[in-house]
Amino acid sequence: MTAQGIGAAVKRREDFRFIKGDGKYTDDINLPNQTYCYFLRSPVAHAAIRNIDISAAQSAPGVVAVFTGADVDASGAGGVPCGWLVTSRDGNPMKEPKHPILAVGKVRHVGDPVVAVIAETLEQARNASELVQMDLDELPAVVNMKSALQGGSSVHEEAADNLCFDWELGDQAATDAALAGAAHVTKLDLVNNRLIPNAMEPRVAIGQYAPGTEDYTLYTTSQNPHVIRLLMGAFVLSIPEHKLRVYAPDVGGGFGSKIYHYAEEALVTWASKHIRRPVKWTSDRSEAFMSDAHGRDHLSHVEMAFDADNRIIALKCETLANMGAYLSTFAPCIPTWLHGTLLAGQYVTPAIYTNVKAVFTNTVPVDAYRGAGRPEATYILERTISKAAQELGVDQAELRRKNFIQPNQFPYQTPVAVVYDTGDYEPALNKAMELADYAAFEQRRAEAKSRGKLRGIGVASYIEACGIAPSSLVGALGARAGLYEAATVRVNPTGSVSVLTGSHSHGQGHETTFAQVVADKLGIDIGNVDIVHGDTDKIPFGMGTYGSRSIAVGGSALVNALDKVIEKGKKIAAHLLEASADDIEFANGAYTVKGTDKSKAFGDIALTAYVPHQYPIETLEPGLEETAFYDPKNFTYPAGTYICEVEIDPQTGSTQIVSFSAADDFGNVINPMIVEGQVHGGVVQGVGQALMENAVYDDNGQLLTGSYMDYTMPRADDVPSFKVATLAGTPCTHNPLGVKGCGEAGAIGAPPAVINAIVDALKEYGIDHIDMPATPEKIWRAINAQPRMAAE
Amino acid sequence: MYNFDYVRPSSVSDAAQALSNNTDASLVAGGHTLIPTLKQRLAQPSALIDISQLAELKGIRSDGGNIVIGAATTHAEVAGSADVKAAIPALAELANGIGDRQVRHRGTIGGSVANNDPSADYPAALLGLGASVVTNRGRYDADSFFTGLFSTALHPGEIITAVHFPIPDKAGYAKFEQRASRYCLVSVFVAQKSGGIFSSGETRVAVSGAGQNGVFRVAEMEQALQGNFSPSGVSGIKVSSANLMNDMHGAADYRAALITAMAERAVGAASA
Repeated sequence: MTAQGIGAAVKRREDFRFIKGDGKYTDDINLPNQTYCYFLRSPVAHAAIRNIDISAAQSAPGVVAVFTGADVDASGAGGVPCGWLVTSRDGNPMKEPKHPILAVGKVRHVGDPVVAVIAETLEQARNASELVQMDLDELPAVVNMKSALQGGSSVHEEAADNLCFDWELGDQAATDAALAGAAHVTKLDLVNNRLIPNAMEPRVAIGQYAPGTEDYTLYTTSQNPHVIRLLMGAFVLSIPEHKLRVYAPDVGGGFGSKIYHYAEEALVTWASKHIRRPVKWTSDRSEAFMSDAHGRDHLSHVEMAFDADNRIIALKCETLANMGAYLSTFAPCIPTWLHGTLLAGQYVTPAIYTNVKAVFTNTVPVDAYRGAGRPEATYILERTISKAAQELGVDQAELRRKNFIQPNQFPYQTPVAVVYDTGDYEPALNKAMELADYAAFEQRRAEAKSRGKLRGIGVASYIEACGIAPSSLVGALGARAGLYEAATVRVNPTGSVSVLTGSHSHGQGHETTFAQVVADKLGIDIGNVDIVHGDTDKIPFGMGTYGSRSIAVGGSALVNALDKVIEKGKKIAAHLLEASADDIEFANGAYTVKGTDKSKAFGDIALTAYVPHQYPIETLEPGLEETAFYDPKNFTYPAGTYICEVEIDPQTGSTQIVSFSAADDFGNVINPMIVEGQVHGGVVQGVGQALMENAVYDDNGQLLTGSYMDYTMPRADDVPSFKVATLAGTPCTHNPLGVKGCGEAGAIGAPPAVINAIVDALKEYGIDHIDMPATPEKIWRAINAQPRMAAE
Repeated sequence: MYNFDYVRPSSVSDAAQALSNNTDASLVAGGHTLIPTLKQRLAQPSALIDISQLAELKGIRSDGGNIVIGAATTHAEVAGSADVKAAIPALAELANGIGDRQVRHRGTIGGSVANNDPSADYPAALLGLGASVVTNRGRYDADSFFTGLFSTALHPGEIITAVHFPIPDKAGYAKFEQRASRYCLVSVFVAQKSGGIFSSGETRVAVSGAGQNGVFRVAEMEQALQGNFSPSGVSGIKVSSANLMNDMHGAADYRAALITAMAERAVGAASA
């Protein structure tokens, strides 16, 4: 390890511009002759559109154009596509109703865009929008998933019973048999609460059409500009890819919500051609609450079976997953292939069966949110096993230890399709117990009791699947795209390096970590490495950043491209050093003839490649630039154990997290400081889900938590100073860096650790479960055995 | 935000004149309720009359048995005032717990009192201390000033100039936050003073955040504390949930339980 190479805690280079306000975000881009778009959105959850009168808006001051769904439809534009096809257990494909860019015929959720008003200024567009007359015939709203499936009102004609698909995975007969013969079965009904992503930067899109060349540019807040180009170009607007540039510059957080192709992006691009002027839309925070895809929202029933020796023999799980009003880009794969496949967790469970019913409702579409299916699966498993420990009268950590997959069992084929390549779970459990001082917990519980407070401790051992994914595998599972990644290493004549990557940084720190990989491999200073991302006109076709895939997939593509550069350099060096290429070694930034002191620096080789005066020109092209596409061989499987300790005030029900310990196996680590930061951020989001965050709709489908006055985000003073240990761990066996990914672990492992701690604290009241978010009122009510009256 | 005229008067009487000249004008000081409302286009005032810079509305002074706080004094100024900290530390603490640092440096006591948000902190202090609200036209006791949700005894065009807080022997404040907004889900201000300056008895208990009609006093707790000013004096007293707010942030019965809990803590803090 060098001071800047792989494993070094290099400070994030990009922070200098972010901290100084020199970042360039999409909203910072303003184009000559630009217009502003305001979306008039549905104020109700479900209604037939009788009539939309835009005439007064059209003649309002400053208005350039007003468009409705009819205009978009008449142009032949397609709907917003879904990128994943899930097949029901009866063999039928999921129901996939059209998702129009602007509502046609019906509005299906509060916030559904109905009219686009484009004007010289945003104020004028907004003023004009108030002149639009929407004549809506309100229909009963479909809000609750259970009643949605019982029929009545339908979100889409194509799915009268509101069922999108009914999917299963695992061996139902073996699972049922094991449950029937089990010594003990733990049962639990779980809520995985709906979350609203709340990236710091709201979404922005600017469409621009160049009549002379018929080129389009979309500036947008995206985690994956090529995916947007593919979806919008091919499926929505029929723009050939060579005529469409998608550029996502600095992006202020995504957490999944900026993966998807959104209607607003398509509308501004489409409209820019109609009016021959750039069209800009900037979401305000209120719009973000009702138009960014939400996360989670599952209801699950779990049954976990044990033999007489407390070994898990079966797991059965039935889940209702809310899709919202339309299928967002990756929505169907989240509760299925990114969820059911993780239900083995860290345990040897011989039989697993899961059934997932996906439900349309008159709510904002639901899609991947930090963790995406894996937090839901982990919550199911880790909540249930701690409840089982309570029922069986055994220690929750030891019950886990007893059931862990053992190191000699890897590669481990789970009963739910996936194969874990490597892992070793006890060291993380032991480390977390050490950090948490688990052994002395009962003394702390007693001390708290003497102050009238309730202490509890909760363990959660998570596994996740990152680095999505082998294209052939995901193709077989319904993905409508490959999931490789691409990187170009462009060595400049003077030896500096530009990396063009398909990965996209929106907070992850790629400009530092990817540069560290280059510095390590080429032996050059990271100051001589530039990481270029986000612009489809510059970078090779890549699939972007989500699912903790950047270093595992994008980093692997980078390494392969660097290896190609190094190999070509050997041929150039061999020529200059008058040796055979086989005799050239590359280390520490220099090519050396084995066993001699004859050597050429990397920079000399780069210069020679571009000034090929002395060069093997007959056999080797000039230049030093290589591209690699990397398609992963498997998912990666980060794992770890988190331990949370809470103190509850029984008088008010409020919970204080007094200690949080995390021990993670991420395989090899490029930058431990950035990894620790990712764990911190993920844990805070997990704490947010466990204690505070909750998107609430009333029976009419109105979003009651539509602002920060009512939707609770976790804040710095809600969490303690974390104790985080990144273990040497078990490096991934199938990618060149041995890396697994760390971006989502905190959000996956934290919720069950927090809830397990709360339930442990409350066990003296005979309480065996509390649903998320565990608000003070919910805890107070459980302690006082008070059912809640219906709120107004 | 819709367009509006902006007026910066040079005195309270100028401001009053400007108000009477502009139908649908609003006063603005810190703007922490008004500006978000404007941004969401939920209000359309014809003019904003900015009184935040009027010297006669600013400042804190000790006046005999009272702390007098100018209406345009920010929460941060109240929280940091040596006079307030010495005379009514609970009031300084209350001001220091409003919103966040940015809010405390813009929001003003006059704005908060005039708005009478049922979840705001200051109304509990005014009612709990038996304060007086002084305006350009007269003076109100806190008991008659707060008349309901977002409503006060102020007449159209009337401008709060200062709040007079009697200095108590003891006072304490405890707040249970609504977790999203960090306004009061329930807060309780208690104060005790010998010598009977308070209009009704020597002990006051005022509750914010919970009442369907805004801030209110709890007579039963006041009577109990007269004889026994200690947390145990109120711990057995349950407030009826009949007139309490009942929403997704807290059902009425939970709020009722929190009133007892916060009253105990406010008394405990005052005793300390």
